[in-house]
Amino acid sequence: MAEEPAEAAPEPVAAEPAAEPEPVEAAAPEPIATPEPVAPPEPPPAVSPARRPLVKRHHWIVRAAHWLNAVLLAGMVMSGLQIYRAFPHFGLRGGPYYANHWDGKPFPRWATLGGWLAGGLNWHFALAWPFVLTGLLYLGYLLFSGEWRSLLFRPRDVPRAMQMQLYYLRLRKEHPPQGKHNALQKAAYSSIVLLGALSVLTGFAVYKPVQLHWLTAAFGGYELARYWHFWAVWIFIAFTLVHVALVFLVDPASLRAMITGWYRGRFPSHD
Amino acid sequence: MTDDRAFSRRDLLRLGLTAGAASLAGACGWQGGPLLPLLRGASRLNDAVGEKVLLGSHRLAPQYPVSARTPERYFPAYSITHPLPELQEPESWALEVGGLVRKPVRLTLEMLQALPRVRYTVKHHCVEGWSAIATWTGVPVSSVAALVEPTAAARYLRFDTFDRGYFNGWDLKSAMHPQTILAYAFNDRPLTAAHGAPLRLYSPIKLGYKLTKYLTKMSFTAERPGGYWEDQGYPWLGGV
Repeated sequence: MAEEPAEAAPEPVAAEPAAEPEPVEAAAPEPIATPEPVAPPEPPPAVSPARRPLVKRHHWIVRAAHWLNAVLLAGMVMSGLQIYRAFPHFGLRGGPYYANHWDGKPFPRWATLGGWLAGGLNWHFALAWPFVLTGLLYLGYLLFSGEWRSLLFRPRDVPRAMQMQLYYLRLRKEHPPQGKHNALQKAAYSSIVLLGALSVLTGFAVYKPVQLHWLTAAFGGYELARYWHFWAVWIFIAFTLVHVALVFLVDPASLRAMITGWYRGRFPSHD
Repeated sequence: MTDDRAFSRRDLLRLGLTAGAASLAGACGWQGGPLLPLLRGASRLNDAVGEKVLLGSHRLAPQYPVSARTPERYFPAYSITHPLPELQEPESWALEVGGLVRKPVRLTLEMLQALPRVRYTVKHHCVEGWSAIATWTGVPVSSVAALVEPTAAARYLRFDTFDRGYFNGWDLKSAMHPQTILAYAFNDRPLTAAHGAPLRLYSPIKLGYKLTKYLTKMSFTAERPGGYWEDQGYPWLGGV
């Protein structure tokens, strides 16, 4: 039985925690670590100049989709690792098998869901529905509300992402102005949605390699589709570790924003 | 101000970690407990989508050149009986075809081999995740169905075996697919005991556990038959 979560307490990752809070408009600098009172989810009463503005940041659909997705993704990964136990190789029977650090090594039971192959399959194919529907709900909301504009990484974000990278490398002093998210965040949040889509598509390619033969062929055939499907897991896990670490190291206020919708943090939108 | 706050960041962190740990501790290796009926329900839904939406009655599985065959020593062969199920009197074996049909028959191997013949080199998909390529030869199930004339009430097929109670249920749409055959040859030689001699079901549109070996009987039914693995929780349709 697992004693600790797989998505792990954020280990002291060597992230870039931006040592001092950069001056935010008129707000006087304030130690970041001080816990801030959680105000009722209404516009703030008489804002003292010492306090950052409390702003509505995430619609409830975005928050619901985010947390649902966190649970569903964990379930998809764990049931997937259960399925992997049955044949821990990639390639036609007899090999040669594709390069895989875990070739021939089943994952420990605490990392799996389902108990046996059939259990893993049933979890995987049942959770796939809410996983896809949550993704569609989220994307539908972004499209409908126009919020995709603050999330989608576009060509004009490339120089901004470079400026952001320079800032993180301390080669640039001021935090570049940003909208709801900085350009690097846009890159991360855009590519993770793309990864989600790829994991669903490779999933279908593995699920129905004959009926959806064109899709399976697009990924290089059944064995390769299975291989890419497995790779998506490691990118999801890496993303999650960095994502959670950055929340706590750089912008803890964003956690509250993803729960209550209200944000009072260091990175106000300049939009 | 500090007294009326609902929770601090630290509390949140603690709550998140505890909930995460609790859900994982509950989940590891977990089959589903009280949620099992829900999972079975979802599996039935997936069966329905797989059969009614995704399955094309005439969509053919891709064929491969003989040179693409998996070396036979790498082509696994599973059975319930160990070492292998074998007939006491192979000469007296015949396939019984009956159930909801107008003209039930008993078909010997010679009779089956005299019926229309299909031969293809296709990829085998096992539920475990492996795949392998081989050549199979046999008579289409649809040709046998034409002989016995199923009644309008027939909606499923049940396949029985001499492998310790192993049996399977199939939807008619998959069974009548042109590539679904009663196979008597593997890689151009008569089936060996390991691969289901004297006769097995084969189709590139189903997972391996649907491809019943050691056949004795094929019956048309109105009710959905279960299956050896399916009754233990594996997806019933098993289509690929």
